[in-house]
Amino acid sequence: MTSTSTSSPHQFPEGSDAFPHRHLLGIAGLQPWEILYLLKEAEQWVDLNKKSSKHADRLDGLTVINAFFENSTRTLLSFEIAGKRMGADVVNMHAAQSSVKKGETLIDTAVTLNSMKADAIVIRHASSGAVQLIADKVDCPVLNAGDGRHEHPTQALLDALTIQRRKGDISGLTITICGDVMHSRVARSNIYCLTTLGAKVRVCAPPSLLPDALDRMNVESFTNFDDALAGSDVVMMLRLQSERMSGDFIPSPREYHYLYGLTKERLKNAKPDALIMHPGPMNRGVEIDSEVADDLERSAITEQVEMGVAVRMACLDILTRKSRGVEGWS
Amino acid sequence: MKELFSNAKLILPNQDDPQLGSVLTSGDRISEVGEVTDSNDSQNIDCNGKVLAPGIVDLGVFAIDKPAFHFGGITRAALMPDQNPILDMPAMVKHLASEGKPDLWSHPIAAATKELAGHELAEIGLMQRAGSKAVATGRQWIANSGMMLKLLQYCKSLDLPLIVHSEDAGLISNAVATAGETATRLGLSSAPASAEALSIIRDIALIRETNTKVHFRQVTTKQGLDLIRQAKSDDLPVTCGITPAHLFLSDIAVSDFRTFARLSPPLRSEADREACLEAIKDGTFDVISSGHDPRGPEDKRLPFAEAKVGMAGAESLLALSLNLVRDGLISMNRLFELLSTNPARILGVQAGMLAKDYEADLILIDPETPWQIDTRKMAASAGNTPFDSLPVQGRVTAIYKGGKAL
Repeated sequence: MTSTSTSSPHQFPEGSDAFPHRHLLGIAGLQPWEILYLLKEAEQWVDLNKKSSKHADRLDGLTVINAFFENSTRTLLSFEIAGKRMGADVVNMHAAQSSVKKGETLIDTAVTLNSMKADAIVIRHASSGAVQLIADKVDCPVLNAGDGRHEHPTQALLDALTIQRRKGDISGLTITICGDVMHSRVARSNIYCLTTLGAKVRVCAPPSLLPDALDRMNVESFTNFDDALAGSDVVMMLRLQSERMSGDFIPSPREYHYLYGLTKERLKNAKPDALIMHPGPMNRGVEIDSEVADDLERSAITEQVEMGVAVRMACLDILTRKSRGVEGWS
Repeated sequence: MKELFSNAKLILPNQDDPQLGSVLTSGDRISEVGEVTDSNDSQNIDCNGKVLAPGIVDLGVFAIDKPAFHFGGITRAALMPDQNPILDMPAMVKHLASEGKPDLWSHPIAAATKELAGHELAEIGLMQRAGSKAVATGRQWIANSGMMLKLLQYCKSLDLPLIVHSEDAGLISNAVATAGETATRLGLSSAPASAEALSIIRDIALIRETNTKVHFRQVTTKQGLDLIRQAKSDDLPVTCGITPAHLFLSDIAVSDFRTFARLSPPLRSEADREACLEAIKDGTFDVISSGHDPRGPEDKRLPFAEAKVGMAGAESLLALSLNLVRDGLISMNRLFELLSTNPARILGVQAGMLAKDYEADLILIDPETPWQIDTRKMAASAGNTPFDSLPVQGRVTAIYKGGKAL
């Protein structure tokens, strides 16, 4: 806890008190002003990214390692671009090429990465809690780029930034998250982030993909999509992994589309100006219809990707301030 | 060689509180208890008013770890068949039955099925001849009910108790936690606690067919305990046990992905934990064991779902269990029924009681001595306890196996 008292979550404490954490492992446990500070800091990078020359020099000479123990295209690319635009030397480590395949333990890999003196490490891993395990063993800041079903904090931040830019204050909005909530780290981080910022969060999923005790997380859960959509300001669709489509959790993609697919017709249940979001990659015609996804007025899906780079630039900047000796961040 | 343990508070069968008295041993057996008269040729050991109890018989450990057992006052340990390789061959049983002797007796438990895979019966009769006192399904249940029925019939014919694990495999699938808020927040795959009741109800239905002696090694939910109560009131030959972890920790202990709290079955909700304490109080439980399973960093310093299950529990078994006496749930004498007498009875060995002709396995205890559980300073071969840094009370000050001081 910081000692600074704040009357509004939009008033940020000075210096490192604005974000007093060494790592970004999750959204759970962050204060509302800490989240809002990250979003505010990201705004400047949104502006830079729209310019023809997109270079900043804040991280000049710093090394950022993207250690991805699970395949990723979009998030890896987004982190790589974010690091490079900030001037850092970015190195990508893919699990497929790494010693993980040779039986090295995660801790040994972490110690190895640490010995290479990175200034920040971005980690994705298929197992919940794995990123925290590595963070405990390294000296530099660690950014969680997704750990199992646990958290994907930068995704929640980019979603919050997207919503905030389109809808203004997140507090008081009704936001519906629909899809495979059980296996989704995106859903968990978004639940933590949006409830912390004061939104009314609903989740909707087939009963086989709805985790227990969601009410304990300040979330209202639904199995009927139309009910969940009623009066929503934002509709956030989740990707349904193809390996879960046949039999184990749902009978078939077409039944899923019938019950939980976001169609133009169904969208009428939400508010007329409801914002459509999806973390990507989309299964068009399964969880979301193209007609809805490509609606320029309503869909913020491409904007989410854009915000992703800005948010990750802000996170890399803020987490390395201490080691860069930025005034007030010692 | 005769030894006289005098001036001791004795834990005696059918008494509520320890009674001041003496125990005379002759060789490896107890020859007299209480008011000892014929002690002219014996060596006197003054117990200074400390508690003298039967050595703990630990029913269901996963490693023979002598330093930890001796620290914890354990003089006999029944080794689960979940070893590498699996304990499913008579030669392995024979070898392990003598491991630890003479200062610790281990009772290797025969695997119920080959490789514990649940498909083919293991050579239970030959393993019995080699020294097995019980049969176990290991850390999993046998999904095929037809196979389970055959196993129960077979154990019945050999008069061997069957020790079962109670989790429905279909329901748990790849779960690593109990369904609930903690598992949801951490994003851990989970199964409802009713997986336990489901497997118990199936096994009880089959026990009604065969009347085999079955010990449910760990019952950890209210639903499961209710089923055991019902079976006992129907006079079925069932017993059940638990470890201190499920009595004193709930699934909140898993927060922060603490792999030392990754157990099998997984830690349960607070409501189920309270139901377990209630079942200690009302006598539903027959056994408290350590489930001792020391695991080094190679097994525990991993992402939660990849870490191995189990905890090092032998050293803290007695001290944690003494909390039950201090909290007024049970008497000191009842505690030693749970720790020593009942496990010995299930195994069919003449030990675990201060009575004439019983094995002279004795421990001297100071129930008040304070100490702190510390993962870095344990006698066990690994320090994986979820009770790290917990202050506890009660310590073994001397241990005698077959009348000999260790």
